[in-house]
Amino acid sequence: MREADAIVVGGGLHGCSAALQLALRGRRVVVLERRHVGRHASGINAGGVRTLGRDLAEVPLSVLGMAHWHGIRELVGDDCGFTACRQVKVAETPAELSALERRAQAVRRLGYDHERVVDAHELRRLVPAVAGHCVGALVADGDGAADPYRTTHAFAARARAAGAQVVEGAAVTGLDWRHGAWVVATTAGTWRAGAVVNAAGAWAGRLAALAGDDFPLTTRASMMIVTERMPPFVVPVVSAAGRALSFKQSASGTVIIGGGQQGRADLDREQAWVNVSNLARSAQAAAALFPAMREARVVRAWCGIEAQTPDRLPVIGHSTRAPGLVHVFGFSGHGFQLGPVCGLAVADLVLAGGTALPVAPFSPARFAAAAAA
Amino acid sequence: MKRDFDFVVVGGGPAGLAAAVQARSLGLSVALVDEQPAPGGQIYRAVERAEAEGRAAALGADYRDGLALVRAFRDCGAVHFASRQVWQVEPEGRVFATDGRESIVLRGSRILVAVGALERPVPIRGWTLPGVMTVGAAQVLHKSIGLLPSPGVWIAGSGPLVLHFAAEVVAAGGRLAGILDTARGGLPEAAIANAAGMLRGWRYLARGLGYLAALRQADVRRVTGVEAVEAVGEGRIARVRWRVNGAWNEAPAEGLLLHEGVIPSTHMTFALGCAHDWDDAQRCFRPRTDDFGATDVEAILVAGDCGGIGGARVAECQGRLAAIGAATALGRLPVPERERLARPAREALARHRAIRGFLDALYAPPPELLAPPDDVIVCRCESITAGRIREAVALGCRGPNQVKSFTRCGMGPCQGRLCGPTVTGTIAAELGVPPAQAGAFRVRPPLKPVRLGELAALAEPGEGA
Repeated sequence: MREADAIVVGGGLHGCSAALQLALRGRRVVVLERRHVGRHASGINAGGVRTLGRDLAEVPLSVLGMAHWHGIRELVGDDCGFTACRQVKVAETPAELSALERRAQAVRRLGYDHERVVDAHELRRLVPAVAGHCVGALVADGDGAADPYRTTHAFAARARAAGAQVVEGAAVTGLDWRHGAWVVATTAGTWRAGAVVNAAGAWAGRLAALAGDDFPLTTRASMMIVTERMPPFVVPVVSAAGRALSFKQSASGTVIIGGGQQGRADLDREQAWVNVSNLARSAQAAAALFPAMREARVVRAWCGIEAQTPDRLPVIGHSTRAPGLVHVFGFSGHGFQLGPVCGLAVADLVLAGGTALPVAPFSPARFAAAAAA
Repeated sequence: MKRDFDFVVVGGGPAGLAAAVQARSLGLSVALVDEQPAPGGQIYRAVERAEAEGRAAALGADYRDGLALVRAFRDCGAVHFASRQVWQVEPEGRVFATDGRESIVLRGSRILVAVGALERPVPIRGWTLPGVMTVGAAQVLHKSIGLLPSPGVWIAGSGPLVLHFAAEVVAAGGRLAGILDTARGGLPEAAIANAAGMLRGWRYLARGLGYLAALRQADVRRVTGVEAVEAVGEGRIARVRWRVNGAWNEAPAEGLLLHEGVIPSTHMTFALGCAHDWDDAQRCFRPRTDDFGATDVEAILVAGDCGGIGGARVAECQGRLAAIGAATALGRLPVPERERLARPAREALARHRAIRGFLDALYAPPPELLAPPDDVIVCRCESITAGRIREAVALGCRGPNQVKSFTRCGMGPCQGRLCGPTVTGTIAAELGVPPAQAGAFRVRPPLKPVRLGELAALAEPGEGA
């Protein structure tokens, strides 16, 4: 049996980020990954780095998190493909634009000024290719996009360089609290540590259950489309007030269309299947905002799978029942941008039992309370 | 038009046609979707038109044999969706097919994947130069529009198609610069190892010897024992180089046709999540099936070369068996009746398969094809060399999907169709593990690129926004 100070289960972005912060603070940390780093949602999401339009409960953490993206090279030694190319949420009707204005006011009332409303003229300046009927937008100028696979690997590589061990091909088969420490059995050996971080993504509910924690989770299988390469025609990441859409053009010219339309996940087979009827709605949304896209050829569509909570807010914090167990999962389709900052919060939680970072709204206790009621 | 069927067949070659005819005879409603305008598949491509134009006889007796099957299909009452590419099949039984402008959706209680084979990619130096193409592509041009290669064109490779096509060119009055025969199995060794199969498959052998005689008679230069081939030129091929007994030779070339046998087209079955096994004799993956072609995905069956290379006659038998199996699975044919109906097809299958071990041994692809030298391009879509793949392995990649994420290898429009086998082979050789352990690219829809507007049109009304 091998010893560590902390065991992180899950080699996705959140697991690697937590491992990095723990290692930087001098702790012996091991990441146990069933397949390989970035295999699921972390490696294949749409790569949006977004504060724009987030649930108000997430705004403080997300805004703090943005600073880490702007200094990402200092943090992990690689730019992760991050560009601050802006995010723009387009309104197609005056009613949608009014709703965006109300939203911007609510954000300002919280004391934040990262979102601004623009009119049709300014929208056209930012996104010349957008359809003529669009009337305005909500814009976050510091937002952008990054390469998710590269990002996850940069965090894993930096964690290793800082002394963390990242073990691929280690699937957890048992989790037991024995004599004041966790014993984690895997297909690649057994580890023992005082703390366990549950960053198991779509399978986090199953890991939590091994420790006796029960969360009301579902599984998201958000689909994405990539087209063939096209001449550069859009710089910001574009979403829509009235449609499920995220739209961006990569540096190589391919266009990536996401937005949360759902495929079908199978947790046992660790696979997900595209649902064409739902995928068609993503295509429809993209074509509505960018009519020229109708002629673009779709090269590939896929889904990334992860856990979703009933309130679509993540679970970040100590287990209410099990000692030394910190959960960080359930990002419900928008956890990529939070990866760097959550690593800090998790390291605080593991080492100090609490954190000054604004993660209180994400406490696991909110589900324990619901279950008791 | 009707869109729901008991049995939807994807592919109009011998397996698909035979399956459709058999399924109709058992009372199933049948749709057959195929990318070609007329039934026949690769092997019997445009056979009706060739017959009508008096060209079929010159294309060989085996080719003309396809007429009977095509005519039986035309009369069987299956609905034929021609000139449509299937770009997605869902495990639950929906089939999406495009004519290039719009897509239709068919539903089948059982789906037969009968999409045939594709030529094994031949990644050699210069294979991406204009003027270098595959023997199969040249044969398509000949069968469909009667176009022959120009006289300065070389053929390099091995496999039954090389001699067959060369003989076909000569019979049609064409000429060739020569044949560079890379077969390495060694005829005597392959024959001894598979003596029993050879006796039972003597008709196939006789045919092969007939091709050789025809080529000798036409005075086509044939170089045997070729160990390596390269295409050389600036902007297009100008010369071909080859190595025999360690010594390099070269000659001017107007073109070069490559062929190193065919492998199952597994994109659709991989995309469906069917279990696949590595076939060591044929050096390729193939879907795992039972005797009736059923896969581990309930609604999906497989017949013909896409389930393992067997050739047209084997494909036809497998097509019949799959239709029989599907009828039983759908409760339309009791098991004893199934067994009675299956017997003749099973016996014919064994007969036609007899030669396979011999052919597999004779035409085993050289190891360099599965793991080429560092400077050779493997992924044509993204221009990724074998050396880049090895670098990714050195960085810790353990399979094709990780290599894809690291290098973009296999991310282009062909979705790894042309580089998949080489990527698997290169990783396996580098790690010293069996190809099955290295694994294969995950395949994602669409199987063929489809316009975004066409996809958008499939959104159900009222569910948009």
